[in-house]
Amino acid sequence: MPRLGPTGMLRWAWRQLTSMKTALQLLLLLAVAAVPGSLFPQRPANPAVVTQYIQDNPGLGPWLDRFQLFDVYSSLWFSAIYLLLFVSLIGCVIPRAVQHWKALRSQPPRTPRRLSRLPEYGTMTVAADTDLTPGRAIEDAANVLRRRGYRVQLRDTGTDLPSVAAERGYLKEAGNLVFHTAMIGVLVSIAVGGMLGYRAQKLIIEGEGFTNAELGYDSFFPGTNFNPGALVPFSLTLNDFDVTFDRNPASYGNPIDFTADMTVQDSPSDTPRQETLRVNEPIGFGGTNVYLIGNGYAPEITVRDGEGNIALQGPVASLPTDATYNSTIVIKAPDARPDQLGFVGFFLPTAMVDEDGVAFGSDPDPYNPQLNLNSYTGDLGLDDGNAVSVYQLDTTELTQLNGRDMPDGGIVLGAYQTYELPDGKGSITFEGLKRYVALDIVYDPGKAGALVFTTLALFGLIITLTTARRRVWIRAGQHEDGRTMVEYGLLARGEDHSLAKEAIRIGSALTAHWNKANDQNRQATP
Amino acid sequence: MTTVNETLGQYSELFMLLAALTYTVSFIAFAADLVRARKVTTAPAEPAQEPALAAAGTLGTVQWSHGSGAGKANNHNDAVVDDAMGYKALRRPAARIGVAVGILGLVVHAAGVVTRGIAAHRVPWGNMYEFTTTGAMLVMAVFLTALLFRDLRFLGTFITGLVLVMLMAGAIAFPTPVAQLIPALQSYWLIIHVSVAVLSAAIFTLTFALSVLQLAKTRQEKSGKPRTAGLLRLVPGPVSLEQLAYRLNAIGFILWTFTLMAGAIWAEAAWGRYWGWDTKEVWTFVIWVVYAGYLHARATRGWDGTRAAWLSITGYLCVIFNFAVVNVYFPGLHSYSGL
Repeated sequence: MPRLGPTGMLRWAWRQLTSMKTALQLLLLLAVAAVPGSLFPQRPANPAVVTQYIQDNPGLGPWLDRFQLFDVYSSLWFSAIYLLLFVSLIGCVIPRAVQHWKALRSQPPRTPRRLSRLPEYGTMTVAADTDLTPGRAIEDAANVLRRRGYRVQLRDTGTDLPSVAAERGYLKEAGNLVFHTAMIGVLVSIAVGGMLGYRAQKLIIEGEGFTNAELGYDSFFPGTNFNPGALVPFSLTLNDFDVTFDRNPASYGNPIDFTADMTVQDSPSDTPRQETLRVNEPIGFGGTNVYLIGNGYAPEITVRDGEGNIALQGPVASLPTDATYNSTIVIKAPDARPDQLGFVGFFLPTAMVDEDGVAFGSDPDPYNPQLNLNSYTGDLGLDDGNAVSVYQLDTTELTQLNGRDMPDGGIVLGAYQTYELPDGKGSITFEGLKRYVALDIVYDPGKAGALVFTTLALFGLIITLTTARRRVWIRAGQHEDGRTMVEYGLLARGEDHSLAKEAIRIGSALTAHWNKANDQNRQATP
Repeated sequence: MTTVNETLGQYSELFMLLAALTYTVSFIAFAADLVRARKVTTAPAEPAQEPALAAAGTLGTVQWSHGSGAGKANNHNDAVVDDAMGYKALRRPAARIGVAVGILGLVVHAAGVVTRGIAAHRVPWGNMYEFTTTGAMLVMAVFLTALLFRDLRFLGTFITGLVLVMLMAGAIAFPTPVAQLIPALQSYWLIIHVSVAVLSAAIFTLTFALSVLQLAKTRQEKSGKPRTAGLLRLVPGPVSLEQLAYRLNAIGFILWTFTLMAGAIWAEAAWGRYWGWDTKEVWTFVIWVVYAGYLHARATRGWDGTRAAWLSITGYLCVIFNFAVVNVYFPGLHSYSGL
């Protein structure tokens, strides 16, 4: 192996990286590398499932985590593959673009000496009495080629053996370059969206509202370079949320319509307007869109404490766990005195009782709404300033009052019922029922660019895969006996399955042209 | 609020059954054609074809002779098909029956798909049963349409056999009564995105069959057996199979790219992000990359021929996996199988 030196090594590495073979291998590697993301739960999509997975698989889980298999698409190895692929792509596209730019401004290459060596070759002999000179024949040929969309150049016109060189299909390479360049554009757009955009979640109960501000969100995921100035000061109120379930026996209980009736304001100074938010139909506020992502029930609860005061009053959102909207619910009353109160349990829209006496939900509509709760008393852990999810209650430090295994049993509350807690700790009342919507608020400034570049890529792809790049040379000469001899040769550049057909078409056009010219000639001079 | 028409839904199922029975007849006919072709003797090859078009001049003013590059015409004297997929004059009554009955089957099948759509008041591709039955219809339609351009009747057994399997899978593994769509699917993108996805899958089905046969023919040629041997006698040589597979894969790739784009636009409208690496998105991406690799392989020295055929086959296996396994077993936002 020859010594290359550092620059030689670099040049060698660069040439390897930008070679078609490497690009192909990186492409296939990318396909393989994308697969694990569909086999293991992914943090960006579902962090809770990942935590659960690691807990359930204490041996394997941490190892998978070490190799970033729960963050495949932001992992070091996945990024390495696609970045290398894009470097290879850029290293390939730039020289090709330069070359194509030169090709666009240059004439078709010189006529080969032996056309018979080309993949498609043919000869034509025109009778002597037609007075077709070789020069005239080449002009005719050039016209035929021009009409077929070729760039044409006449050669050796003054000589005995004039010829025409022609090339077509420059768009094939142009389309190819557009496609690959657009791929870079897509990647950049994704990066721009990821850096400058944000995504947030907000849950809104019927009758409540929300003003777009960072503090108002339930959760907020800004991009790395997000500028809070990009927040549009819109506000919205959920007036009513309508859900329709399928009542056909065969598909009973499937949702068929979610409609949120909203009052929205683009900014505090704008007049409010009515909008309907539905799945697939987001509401837009100048680049920031609001999407209907989920929904559920929010039972209206009143908790009275041991001193008889109201410690909590209002709707509490429950989280659906299945298609029947059987939901988990956590109720916290930190204002209860003398002791704080907490409740954990289920909400069932239509409660039934099975043979074992266990309540279960049988319908997603609230025909027999019921709360099944355990109750706790003690320090709920909300006062020390640590962020705690409103949907979770850590009961390890609390004293349980109610439960299936407790002497007083669990709390079962139907609509408008009240339950008195044991030991005079207070009471809980199921006052009514509201629905809520879970909204995603998204600002992605890279979105439009991604659309433009993918559209460009698609057009480039269509053009490059449907255009054939071909070269044709036709040469003419005079035989000693006066006949005009014409020969042609065709060469494809790249994939071309109908080169033979093209040769036949050109030959037919020339034959027809000269026959017709000659017939007219003979009729004119009988 | 529209309701579903259950009676019409039952008629649809009846049409599907009748279509399956018709395809069975077509399948048997195509199989008979392959078996029969083993024994047919052909006349010695005719002399290499001169372009008959040459003698077009009324008074012989222009004499024209055209030939494709020297040594390229690879006509084997004992083969029934040349490398341009041109067949020698050969009576194939069984294949004709196969095509005719196949067309009849497609008509009945289309009736089944259309009545399903009318019964549900929407496009008939909203759950696994409908993806399968509509997909099978498109596979058959693409095959019969391709017959207009090329004599691909040697694929008849594979295509009718696969369509039969799909109809059976739909009826046995994914039976779903006619129902209205869940809100997530209520979008005109369902019409665009899914129909193009199913169409490109149908095209990839054809190229899969061509690539498998390409490998089989290559193997047969390498083993030195006479080209006429066995059930593959009617199958053209590997080069012509590879070329046709490439052309179809190019069309399929364009359609798949559009599928991916349309899906991204729909995902943006439904979930607020155009790409989120949901399992279905991952596999759509994997398929796209594999076929992109295929197209690059065809232009890379040492990767065309057999290796490219393997990529084409891998791509199709990913399509099947994405459809049959990811839809049913993988949790994700695209869980619309209706099972």
